[in-house]
Amino acid sequence: MSDVTLTIDGQLVSVPAGTTILQAAQSIGVEIPAICYHEACTPNALCRNCVVEVEGARVLVASCVAQVAANMVVYTRSPRVERSRRTILEMLASAVDLSEAPEIQRMMRDYAADAQRFPEAERRDVPLIDDNPMYVRDYGKCILCWRCVQVCADDAQYTFAINFSGRGYETSIGTFFDKPMPATTCVFCGQCVGVCPTGALKPKSEWLLEQGLNIEQVFAATRQERKRRREPTQMSGEEKGGGHD
Amino acid sequence: MSDYIGSDFDPVPLQGILAQLAPQGRAALLPALQAAQALYGYLPEPATVEIGRALKVPLADIHGVIEFYSLLYAQPKGKTVLHVCTDPACALRGGEQVLAAICQRLGVQPGETTPDREYTVERAPCLGLCDHAPAVLRGQEAIGAVDLQSVGDVLQGRGNHPVTACYGETNDLIAGCGKGRATTLTEYEARGGYAGLRRALSMSPAEVIAEVKASGLVGRGGAAFPTGVKWEGAAQAPGQPKYVVCNADESEPGTFKDRVLMEEDPHLVLEGLLIAGYAIGAAKGYLYVRGEYPAAYQALTVAVDEARRAGYIGEGVDILGSGYSIEIELRLGAGAYICGEETALFESIEGKRGFPRLKPPFPTTHGLFGKPTVINNVETLANIPRIVTQGAAVYRQLGTEKSPGVKLFCLSGDVVRPGLYEVPFGVSLRHLLFDLAGGVRQGRKLQAVLFGGAAGAFATPDQLDVEMSFEGLRAAGLPLGSGVVMALDETRDLRRILAGLAHFFAHESCGKCYPCQIGTQRQYEILRRVADGKALPGDAERLADVGWTMADASICGLGQTAASATLSALKLWPEIFEGKNEKL
Ligand SMILES: Cc1cc2nc3c(=O)[nH]c(=O)nc-3n(C[C@H](O)[C@H](O)[C@H](O)COP(=O)(O)O)c2cc1C
Ligand code: SF4
Ligand code: SF4
Ligand code: FES
Ligand code: FES
Repeated sequence: MSDVTLTIDGQLVSVPAGTTILQAAQSIGVEIPAICYHEACTPNALCRNCVVEVEGARVLVASCVAQVAANMVVYTRSPRVERSRRTILEMLASAVDLSEAPEIQRMMRDYAADAQRFPEAERRDVPLIDDNPMYVRDYGKCILCWRCVQVCADDAQYTFAINFSGRGYETSIGTFFDKPMPATTCVFCGQCVGVCPTGALKPKSEWLLEQGLNIEQVFAATRQERKRRREPTQMSGEEKGGGHD
Repeated sequence: MSDYIGSDFDPVPLQGILAQLAPQGRAALLPALQAAQALYGYLPEPATVEIGRALKVPLADIHGVIEFYSLLYAQPKGKTVLHVCTDPACALRGGEQVLAAICQRLGVQPGETTPDREYTVERAPCLGLCDHAPAVLRGQEAIGAVDLQSVGDVLQGRGNHPVTACYGETNDLIAGCGKGRATTLTEYEARGGYAGLRRALSMSPAEVIAEVKASGLVGRGGAAFPTGVKWEGAAQAPGQPKYVVCNADESEPGTFKDRVLMEEDPHLVLEGLLIAGYAIGAAKGYLYVRGEYPAAYQALTVAVDEARRAGYIGEGVDILGSGYSIEIELRLGAGAYICGEETALFESIEGKRGFPRLKPPFPTTHGLFGKPTVINNVETLANIPRIVTQGAAVYRQLGTEKSPGVKLFCLSGDVVRPGLYEVPFGVSLRHLLFDLAGGVRQGRKLQAVLFGGAAGAFATPDQLDVEMSFEGLRAAGLPLGSGVVMALDETRDLRRILAGLAHFFAHESCGKCYPCQIGTQRQYEILRRVADGKALPGDAERLADVGWTMADASICGLGQTAASATLSALKLWPEIFEGKNEKL
């Protein structure tokens, strides 16, 4: 493919056509903070933390998906960009527990984002769900990056065990009629845990260790759970899989 | 978890319906869920399992879809659902009090069902009955002008059936409206109806597109995109089949123009859609009607039947000997404002949650089912028959150079004669609001006009001479939007109105992108305390930061405009965002 030349923060850059603005910036050492982007997932450009200002564009542009164009003039830290990134980070901190998201914490420092900016804000505090022997789900830490849903579905596993509940601010990750994971199509491949950026999904053993259990106790606890999983309360495969080929 | 007892569930009637829908696969998900809900009153788990099996949709996805749409119920509801509007036009006329009175009478809170399962009361977003505020949708039936005395009647199913008054200086789009019932095919043809389609079919598709381009018609759905250019893009795009879609999801608070056109003159809309289909070579057309518009859906159902019998619609039907044919399918929305956004609407037809897609690519090349698609607003399509029969030159005799033709405006709020107004582009706001609509009610003074809807901005009395055209309003920094003109008198507390608008957006955000998912919620929280006289120091800056971030960084038009009224008020009346509220 032919090369395209554009300007990023005053520097001329030539990159192959089809390159995203984010990649083009990276190629000259300009770092753009991306939260939802992940190589293994179809990009949905939904965190909007990677936005940049492009001359002539009405609104800011998500650099993780927007492709370069000839003679484009890009600003990665204009006042508009800074305000959006800072406010997005502040709003995120007002909604969920970011204590196990070091990347986002670093961005908050870079953008002087105030975690207490929104007093009296309703947080998405929800109890941790411990319903299977493999992992726990602590959606009070979930930033709705969609990665787990995507890898469970057509980005990787084709299992379709999880999807969304609610809408808007009330959105959460959920299962069919809120069933516990063992009663869903989940095959416990752990892909979702692997892509979760905030510790919302965590291996059960790691979580039990954090709770102060020692190795033997952790092993005993997860074995107990495994046994419980085989008990007759479990749904049959037919009911579990219903409908999906 | 569902409280449905598995053994009570009779799958047989549903299975019959699913056998018919199965060939469509996932695209039939919403119709299947709606059919199941009509049978069982809600969506019991075993019914959704049947649906998943028949349409081959994963169960988690089905649950995700049910959760997205406010009119799909995973839990049992009352036999009658009362949707009580508390959005701006109704709030001005006591909508909150009506909601409270209904709840008190039934002994429930909003969102709850009476213990005898007779009624469920829901706080509803704008029902498109703003000229009959406050409004209630009782099951499938619209009731207007509800007051505290008539609450009992509303529960009994009695009440004022709203007929929208149509006024104006021209009679092009509303020729068949104002009579309180739908024009029949016979009446429509007697008025010269379907002559536009006849004429179009005698022209080449390229000639039809050229005529629409020459007319200068600009989309009326809010984005103001030139219609002819859009059609040309889809006509020239590679890929088959092509689709044409009528966006009849009208849900912008304050807007009711499309509802009136559909309820009273459905063939006009249909004729426009058929011409659009011919122009781009579409094999199939969809009409996606808002879920809260049962009367419009009914009128269009009848009209599509009539048109089908008359040979204007149908797969393989050689329309008027032209060799062209098109199938039309009606779809009913399920309670989600965001599904008016064109790409969210496609997702909804495809049986998914109504999440807007990233653009590019655009619908003209990658639209419904990933195919070239034209999507137009109801009012846009209603202009088409006239453009084709009379030609672009005659069409351009009305309106301004840059905004040709006529425009429908929805007047509501504190105005003497609320209703639907048709005027040529270019009249002044003063002419529309005072000369035609009689000015402000009860002899009060005008404080402001909410322009363009919830996603709009405020105009002040010193802007009354603004020219009502795309260019005139743009110069004044006002959005035309969907044609909303909501008058607010001097006594109104703008803080309360802003908090109401913010509630609407927080309720309707799809939740996909962070700026809008969290921003609409934070904006609502702040404006609620501002309205309660409990503003915190720094709230004006918080609102500005949240607002500009939503405007600049959101994925779609919902987030991009969710703060536009707030930002306009911050500029006009910065003092109201501070400290005590003396209007309390
Ligand atoms: C949140 C949102 C809601 C919308 N709702 C509607 C609607 O109800 N009806 C409509 O015609 N267009 C609506 N639009 C605009 C559509 O995306 C699209 O631009 C329009 O249907 C195109 O038709 P037009 O070119 O005839 O205006 C909405 C846009 C957004 C962002
Ligand atoms: S659980 Fe983790 S991976 Fe899934 S959406 Fe939330 S933050 Fe993302
Ligand atoms: S702007 Fe709002 S409605 Fe639009 S995609 Fe983002 S969250 Fe959804
Ligand atoms: S990284 Fe680009 S939008 Fe999230
Ligand atoms: S019907 Fe209530 S505001 Fe429109």
